[in-house]
Amino acid sequence: MARETRELTCINCPLGCPLTVVLEDGEVISVTGNTCPRGESYGRKEVTNPTRIVTSSVPVDGSASERMVSVKTASDIPKDMIFDVVRALKDVRATAPVAIGDVVLADVCGTGVDIVATKGA
Amino acid sequence: MAKTIERRDVVIVGGGPAGLAAAISAHEAGQTDILVLERDTQLGGILNQCIHNGFGLHTFKEELTGPEYAARYIERAAELGIEYRLGTMVIDISPERLVTAVSSADGITQVEAGAIVLAMGCRERPRGALATPGYRPAGVYSAGTAQRLVNIEGQMPGREVVILGSGDIGLIMARRMTLEGAHVACVAEIMPYSGGLKRNIVQCLDDFGIPLLLSHTVTRVEGRDRVEAVWIAEVDERMQPIAGTEVRYPCDTLMLSVGLLPENELSRDAGVQISPVTRGPVVDQSLQTSVRGVFACGNVLHVHDLVDYVSEEAAAAGANAARFVAQAQAETEADRGIPVVAEGGVRYTVPSFVSPQLMDDRLTVRFRVANVYRDHFVSVYLDDERIQHRKKRVMAPGEMESVVLRRADLLAREGLQRITVKLEEE
Amino acid sequence: MYDVIIVGAGVSGCAIARELSRHDCSVCVVERDEDVCCGTSKANSAIVHAGFDAEPGSLMAQLNVEGNRLMYEWARELDVRCDQCGSLVVCVSEDDREGLEVLRRRGEANGVPDLRIIEREELLGMEPNISDEAVAALWAPTGGIVDPFGLTVAMAENAAANGVEFRFCAPVSDVRRADGCWQVVAGGQALQTRAVVNAAGVYSDDIHSLFVGALGDADVAPAACGHVVPTDGFSIIPRKGEYYLLDTTAGQHVRHTIFMLPTKMGKGVLVSPTVHGNLIVGPTATDVEDKESTDTTAEGLAEVATKSALTVKNVPLREVITTFAGLRAHQSAHDFVIGEVAGDTGLFDCAAIESPGLTSSPAIGRMLADMVAGYVGAPEKAEWDGTRTGIPSVSDLSFDEWDALCQRDPAFGNVICRCRRISEAQIVDAIHRVPGARSLDAIKRRTFATAGRCQGGFCTPKIMEILERELGMSPQEVTKRGPGSELVVGYNKDRIAAPAGDAEGGEA
Repeated sequence: MARETRELTCINCPLGCPLTVVLEDGEVISVTGNTCPRGESYGRKEVTNPTRIVTSSVPVDGSASERMVSVKTASDIPKDMIFDVVRALKDVRATAPVAIGDVVLADVCGTGVDIVATKGA
Repeated sequence: MAKTIERRDVVIVGGGPAGLAAAISAHEAGQTDILVLERDTQLGGILNQCIHNGFGLHTFKEELTGPEYAARYIERAAELGIEYRLGTMVIDISPERLVTAVSSADGITQVEAGAIVLAMGCRERPRGALATPGYRPAGVYSAGTAQRLVNIEGQMPGREVVILGSGDIGLIMARRMTLEGAHVACVAEIMPYSGGLKRNIVQCLDDFGIPLLLSHTVTRVEGRDRVEAVWIAEVDERMQPIAGTEVRYPCDTLMLSVGLLPENELSRDAGVQISPVTRGPVVDQSLQTSVRGVFACGNVLHVHDLVDYVSEEAAAAGANAARFVAQAQAETEADRGIPVVAEGGVRYTVPSFVSPQLMDDRLTVRFRVANVYRDHFVSVYLDDERIQHRKKRVMAPGEMESVVLRRADLLAREGLQRITVKLEEE
Repeated sequence: MYDVIIVGAGVSGCAIARELSRHDCSVCVVERDEDVCCGTSKANSAIVHAGFDAEPGSLMAQLNVEGNRLMYEWARELDVRCDQCGSLVVCVSEDDREGLEVLRRRGEANGVPDLRIIEREELLGMEPNISDEAVAALWAPTGGIVDPFGLTVAMAENAAANGVEFRFCAPVSDVRRADGCWQVVAGGQALQTRAVVNAAGVYSDDIHSLFVGALGDADVAPAACGHVVPTDGFSIIPRKGEYYLLDTTAGQHVRHTIFMLPTKMGKGVLVSPTVHGNLIVGPTATDVEDKESTDTTAEGLAEVATKSALTVKNVPLREVITTFAGLRAHQSAHDFVIGEVAGDTGLFDCAAIESPGLTSSPAIGRMLADMVAGYVGAPEKAEWDGTRTGIPSVSDLSFDEWDALCQRDPAFGNVICRCRRISEAQIVDAIHRVPGARSLDAIKRRTFATAGRCQGGFCTPKIMEILERELGMSPQEVTKRGPGSELVVGYNKDRIAAPAGDAEGGEA
């Protein structure tokens, strides 16, 4: 049986509890160090399926006011794909007019998640 | 002036998150004759360059980016038909509430205001204020300036970055620079704890393996034309560099996230009394400054870490400004109310005066603590009697705290002299 | 072929250029940096010295007192910020009182008018924040403060308007002497001239040697003027001075320039208002090896902080907005080296111009211009305009005046530097003048944009954009102060590998 221990810092509050998560064959068998239940669920998720929102900005053409338009992944993507998403954005440009929520790049890196504008331009 | 002086009920100086929330709230409180003066070319203030997520969890129960959060308020202001002028910088406010502004479109204009809400925000402490020895090359940026270059202009300030100060903007920029292809060598923090949010330390530094060096500072900047290296040393309890601990970090960029200062030059012109602790105006329960009819909110009042609290505070200031206009300035100036005193680890409170007769049923008093405190109690005393005693697992200087005062409690106390907010071990 | 090449566009070089432009001759100023006022001239105390320090009979004494008188005239002619606020040398010990008398007598011997020793009570009335130890002071009403950047720029602009050429990024790399003329390679360009003025600041000894090394046997005739510099030259010791600059909120802490009367314990530092409303505190005096070492040090800054308290109480050092260091061109004899290098060389030194060099600059300019014009035989022009109008400063204007400017050019209504209130129109003006600003610091010297309490935090990106627009630069070409000091290095994600190739990612 593969046993693995991971050390994390809980992000739910300023307390920043140092969490120890023990996994066996990829299954969480214990979370310790937390002082509240939120810490436990954070610890579980962070070791089994850590995800992040990625934000960035891309150049926009044809806007009188903006050089760049800010963007984000419309929902969380796997944490280990952050750099894949960034690379996918390398040569992406938006064209004005852009409204908040417009899809700038659909289904980024096959995640099923769109890159959407977070600012109008 | 040859031009005529306009007359407006409520003039709001600044169209960032505080100004917008104040304007909307003043309108909702019944004053529709509102004018927002914004020096930038768009509304939203600093939120426009804060493209990361994490805004609005309290207000909207969702995670928005800065521009999205701003857009919610900009749209609401537009629905209400609130008038604003862009590219318009206020250059003077008189104690009589005459506001003078300048813009390309209109030159110098003057507005006589029934009430004024100060919402100018804050600025970053520059390197010069730290007197860090060394040269003064290109490549030393405050984190906010770098943020603007990257997020608004699309330009890279550098490739190899050292960040001094672990304030949230510095942490956020560590991640931003990394995601744009730069390498961030480390974040040095002179204090033994970070001034930033835990979430940012994990998601902006730990995620990318960027070391956070606590109790460290930059002791020298190398490079005459462009930064070539910085030297970082460990500091002792008195925050003095420890000899022999200096390490040279080759880099082309030094970013500073070493504190924010409320921008109160206009407030001073108006004669507003400024707190030496917050560097913002001293206010009463209505967020009114020492000058009648002049209110303050947001980062010009005291530096916040969460925009949600800015919006909340600004809404109160806007409503109170509207109320001030409606009551035709009937309130007398004489009584500033009962002092709210910060003690025992509480650095300051906002407000610093409360008039029980004039306050709402519930009043949020915000404060910051001086150090990291674990398992301490936040206590509120009315004179010598403790009326609140709430245990907190942890409090840190980087996170704003608050207590709520109830009007009924204060009114029940006849001859009340002072309200004290303090931290206690038990 | 030029009649005169001036090496160095500091305050001395520009003063000489301005005075030479009265004469009918072709003049070119070659400067190694990208702008005027990049060396000693930009990092000093910005003081107009009354003239009681220098040894009577020295060139320094003569040019200081004459320069002091001319400075206030020139400031009017050239529209430069200057204020005759007066200076005080404060004595902090009864034992040292005699020192004030010595200074007064020396000043009188030098021709400084209206010197007076004042007692503590009067001093306190003039300076409420004076040290509790202060017992008396020497009051010099002709002392003052000046904008050293504005002065240098104004002299350069006036010189340019009268025909003087400027070449920047043009360090002198090679020199030849042939047929009684000089061939000078500066910034890769071969230039010819009849006369050369060496106004190269801390490098004036090196420049002297470079030219003297090219002299041949033919150049032995007696010099044309009375002031002769021996060919074997002199040695410049860079003397570092470190300073604090405080916010305008502290600008009223003192009203006059406060010097400390040196005691057995040593020399103090000065505390003075500046013409921009700040408070300046400094300098140290440390001899260094490196002529480029304009870095501040922890020890130097600590020394300034400690010494400022000897004359002035409660200097609010928490209001510091920046620190800086400058190098004075010191030489051991402690006098200016001005004159023609011995022989018929056409080589004129303007060297070792340390304090009070800024004050003396108008007089230095006249003296050298007279010598050099005599050498090249250039008569005064029939018509010459010695006036220059500065960039309008909206922060100094009444609302009505500012409004009038906005009606003329709306860009006066667009405030770019909010701390110092500098409008877009001023920055554009600074760029398009001759010689014009091409960098962030060049704009700072001309307008004071970025020199406020946020130190360019808000306005740097905006000024970069204006420079790009007005000069057709790319963002990566915009510099803080010339080549090598580029402000940005590329575009977002330009080093991130595209999705297909995984070779060069940004991962940790």
